[in-house]
Amino acid sequence: MPDLSINFAGIKSPNPFWLASAPPTNSGYQIMKAFDAGWGGAVWKTLGVPVVNVSSRYGGVNYRDKRLVGFNNIELISDRPLADNLREIEEVKKRFPNHAVIASLMVQSRQEWHDIVRQSQDAGADGFELNFGCPHGMCERGMGSAVGQEPKILQMIVEWVMEVATKPVIVKLTPNISDITEPALAARRGGADAISLINTIQSIVGVDIDQFAPYPIVDGKGSNGGYCGPAVKPIALNMVKNCAQHPDIKLPISGIGGIENWRDAVEHILLGASSVQVCTAAMHFGFGIIREMTSGLEQYMVDKGFSTIYDFVGKALPNVLPWEQLNMKYKVMANIHAEKCIGCQLCYTACEDGAHQAIRLNAGTRVPEIIEENCVGCNLCSLVCPVEDCITMDRTDSGTEHITWKERVAAGTAPTEFNDERAGGRHHWVPEPSAALGKERHKTLPGKARVYAGDLGL
Amino acid sequence: MAEFFTPTTEQEFAANFAQLKPLMNRTEALYESSRCLFCFDAPCIKACPSGIDIPQFIRQINSGNETGAARTIYEANYFGNACGKVCPTEVLCEGACVYNLQDVKPIEIGRLQSYATTKVIESGKKLFSPGAANGKSVAVIGAGPAGISAACELRALGYAVDVFEAKAQPSGLTVYGVAPYKITNEETLAEMDYLQAQFGYNTHFNSPINSREELMKLENKYDAIFLGIGLGKTNALGLPGENKINCTGAVEFIAELRQHHHEIAVGRKVIVLGGGNTAMDAASESARLGAEQVTLAYRRGKEEMGAYEFEYDLAKGVGVSGLFNVAPLEIVGDDYVAGVRFIRTETINGKVSEIAGSEFVEPCDMVIKATGQAKQTEFLRLIPGLEVDGKGRIVANAHTGQTTNPKYFASGDAWNGGAEVVNAAAEAKLTARGIHAYLSK
Ligand SMILES: Cc1cc2nc3c(=O)[nH]c(=O)nc-3n(C[C@H](O)[C@H](O)[C@H](O)COP(=O)(O)OP(=O)(O)OC[C@H]3O[C@@H](n4cnc5c(N)ncnc54)[C@H](O)[C@@H]3O)c2cc1C
Ligand SMILES: Cc1cc2nc3c(=O)[nH]c(=O)nc-3n(C[C@H](O)[C@H](O)[C@H](O)COP(=O)(O)O)c2cc1C
Ligand code: SF4
Ligand code: SF4
Ligand code: SF4
Repeated sequence: MPDLSINFAGIKSPNPFWLASAPPTNSGYQIMKAFDAGWGGAVWKTLGVPVVNVSSRYGGVNYRDKRLVGFNNIELISDRPLADNLREIEEVKKRFPNHAVIASLMVQSRQEWHDIVRQSQDAGADGFELNFGCPHGMCERGMGSAVGQEPKILQMIVEWVMEVATKPVIVKLTPNISDITEPALAARRGGADAISLINTIQSIVGVDIDQFAPYPIVDGKGSNGGYCGPAVKPIALNMVKNCAQHPDIKLPISGIGGIENWRDAVEHILLGASSVQVCTAAMHFGFGIIREMTSGLEQYMVDKGFSTIYDFVGKALPNVLPWEQLNMKYKVMANIHAEKCIGCQLCYTACEDGAHQAIRLNAGTRVPEIIEENCVGCNLCSLVCPVEDCITMDRTDSGTEHITWKERVAAGTAPTEFNDERAGGRHHWVPEPSAALGKERHKTLPGKARVYAGDLGL
Repeated sequence: MAEFFTPTTEQEFAANFAQLKPLMNRTEALYESSRCLFCFDAPCIKACPSGIDIPQFIRQINSGNETGAARTIYEANYFGNACGKVCPTEVLCEGACVYNLQDVKPIEIGRLQSYATTKVIESGKKLFSPGAANGKSVAVIGAGPAGISAACELRALGYAVDVFEAKAQPSGLTVYGVAPYKITNEETLAEMDYLQAQFGYNTHFNSPINSREELMKLENKYDAIFLGIGLGKTNALGLPGENKINCTGAVEFIAELRQHHHEIAVGRKVIVLGGGNTAMDAASESARLGAEQVTLAYRRGKEEMGAYEFEYDLAKGVGVSGLFNVAPLEIVGDDYVAGVRFIRTETINGKVSEIAGSEFVEPCDMVIKATGQAKQTEFLRLIPGLEVDGKGRIVANAHTGQTTNPKYFASGDAWNGGAEVVNAAAEAKLTARGIHAYLSK
């Protein structure tokens, strides 16, 4: 059996799955239930001066019949008295000494930071997470993302915390910034032990088109909120990678954002995370999802021969390069496996209208055909094809040549002029513009008229 | 053993004749519409005789634009709601859905279609209105799918339209012929009301056109005449004993059933003669009315039946049994039917021949002849210059519906020889355009 346990900057946990600081970690009751179910750790709902929330707090993005592919909230930090939270932290730690209980904190003055760090430490918290992320409500009061967006202030607060902290300190970063490595570097300079990312992304999740107000609606009005859930994973992965690859950050990373199953977790880990946090998935499906996550992770590790998490933390990082270092000699081409094709012709219309006119339809069959000279190997058709492995992208270059953009620039073979002969699309066939006119007009006619359109001159 | 108890109340009838394609709720429609791939040049559209832009209306349902979806449907087919429920979708749109090739359940196009149309019918939301009056008028004979569709399209084009119908209600066989588990009378008539409210054609019920004089009046008064008369009564078998009590034609039996539901009586042991879809319907319907034993008797082998496979499966599913390779010789009994004398047959090189000495009597107390509908030959003879083909079908231009008497146009069963509601609706819409082209010359 592989060992799932981690030691994250000194915080020990039986597995890398933590609940993120959010409603699922609002109380000792919930956290005990989660630990009972199999979660390795929990970042307590952010402590500070308790808040007052509005009613109607969440909004969702549904994609067709899939609910909550994106989720947003306008909630603030904990609205419970600090003393209640601290008492429950103590109780949880007593019952679960080997699980990770991390106190998420957000206050304003140096004195407040000192007080709350000391009190949480006394309650038995295994570490701290400084919430510099909340993109609504708190930032307007000079906290949350207002701090996360100001590296200097962030560093100063981390320094205040380090003055009294005897337990590891994690800085939670906001993605509402153009270069995530700046606050990460500030955290490192301030002496933090680790970083976690991402917090929610400032968002309007949708607009009620009858009430003319953004979701979630509070008495006919709304506000920008924080976006999370499956939809944000790609943004989170990129930011995790940026921090993990930066030569000067060198801090353990707790990956957060869009994690719903073991596969999402593995992706975060392969890009450098060594613990992962989950919020939306637990809010959507409850704590029970942990069983699938741990069993999936275990199976993956067995299949790959990994004995600890650290065997694959950051394993994909060497393969993430700047664009200019990719091999321009590598070529793939779309290949339609006719025996699998169901004839939906989505590939045709996608390539025809959205790519390179490299797919043609032939009379007498619904199976489209690739025009090899035109296929640039963009993948689009294989992405839209509804049949598994029906369009494969097959390698066509010899595999022996290698040249990057960087090398071409250095060698002076990169296009430099507006009508440069060396441009990529220079010898690519493009139909005459006017050939487009009327090509599919009959498809816009109602009913049978499309069949007899010609005959009746409709 | 009978699968169904004889229904004695409207509720029991509704239970025995439960809808095969019940109305979807919003969630079901959302889930199902989400599955549609939005195929390019979609095969489902091509398989629809009325060419409804199916991926378009499914996408409209998916994005919460049910009204737009209904418009897409009605623009191609005025019997949109009925067709969603009564079309043999297995061999039309749904049979062509690309998912079949992936061994995935095809999109439930019919039910989605009726979902959208029911929304607008129930809300009474107007989608269409008559075109500006062009001063011309057309008489429509027959208020079936063909006649009503022609009336709608002609009104949209600005014609004054009078519809003459022999029966008391519109929609033709949709309300008098289609099996009650496919569509209810209420659903059928609600769509008729919905159309009439928008297009405002005049309907004259209980007004059969039966004589040369009546036709002449129409010829004088109207600029064109549309024939949507469908087919006639069940063909006679020409067998001894055919007029015994409880020997009835399928079309007549079903018309009674549609109008009187559980109040009509069915035999305990019913023999249905025929192998087409109407035979399957009559057999299923007898079983659902509580007949203890229903036997389908067909002259040839099972594989050669004209009925769609799913229609036979449906009949088998309610306990109907098949008796193949038998030809009826006589309906036996005194005043009442007591049985059918059959002779066994064999098919050699496609030819059916009787096997000498193989006669037997199959006892029963009711015989339903599903041996096809006769053509309206007598009526058609009243129209000068109007040609019919060897099978009694009106001869007309494929695209304009114009018959060999230029004032007359035709669509639907009377022209195609008997097809589906959707064919009649699609043809009539085109023929209305044909009339318009003719009268605009
Ligand atoms: C038993 C049965 C089951 C069927 N089941 C289905 C099914 O499940 N799905 C499907 O799509 N199709 C089904 N059909 C076929 C479908 O009903 C017909 O194809 C369709 O109704 C044809 O439409 P129509 O307008 O041409 O004729 P009809 O529906 O027959 O309408 C003709 C109308 O004209 C009237 N009429 C006739 N002569 C005159 C006259 N001289 N004067 C005034 N009025 C006249 C008639 O009373 C009738 O109302 C079924 C048919 C039968 C017989
Ligand atoms: C309702 C809600 C409240 C949240 N409150 C906090 C908070 O108090 N402190 C914090 O650091 N993050 C908070 N977050 C952000 C989450 O911890 C997490 O960073 C974010 O949801 C992305 O992860 P996910 O996509 O897996 O849910 C909150 C998120 C949600 C949905
Ligand atoms: S998208 Fe796939 S299944 Fe559809 S036509 Fe293209 S190759 Fe065939
Ligand atoms: S890979 Fe891109 S260019 Fe090539 S056929 Fe597919 S969509 Fe067209
Ligand atoms: S064939 Fe099926 S999947 Fe494709 S557009 Fe039609 S209903 Fe949708």
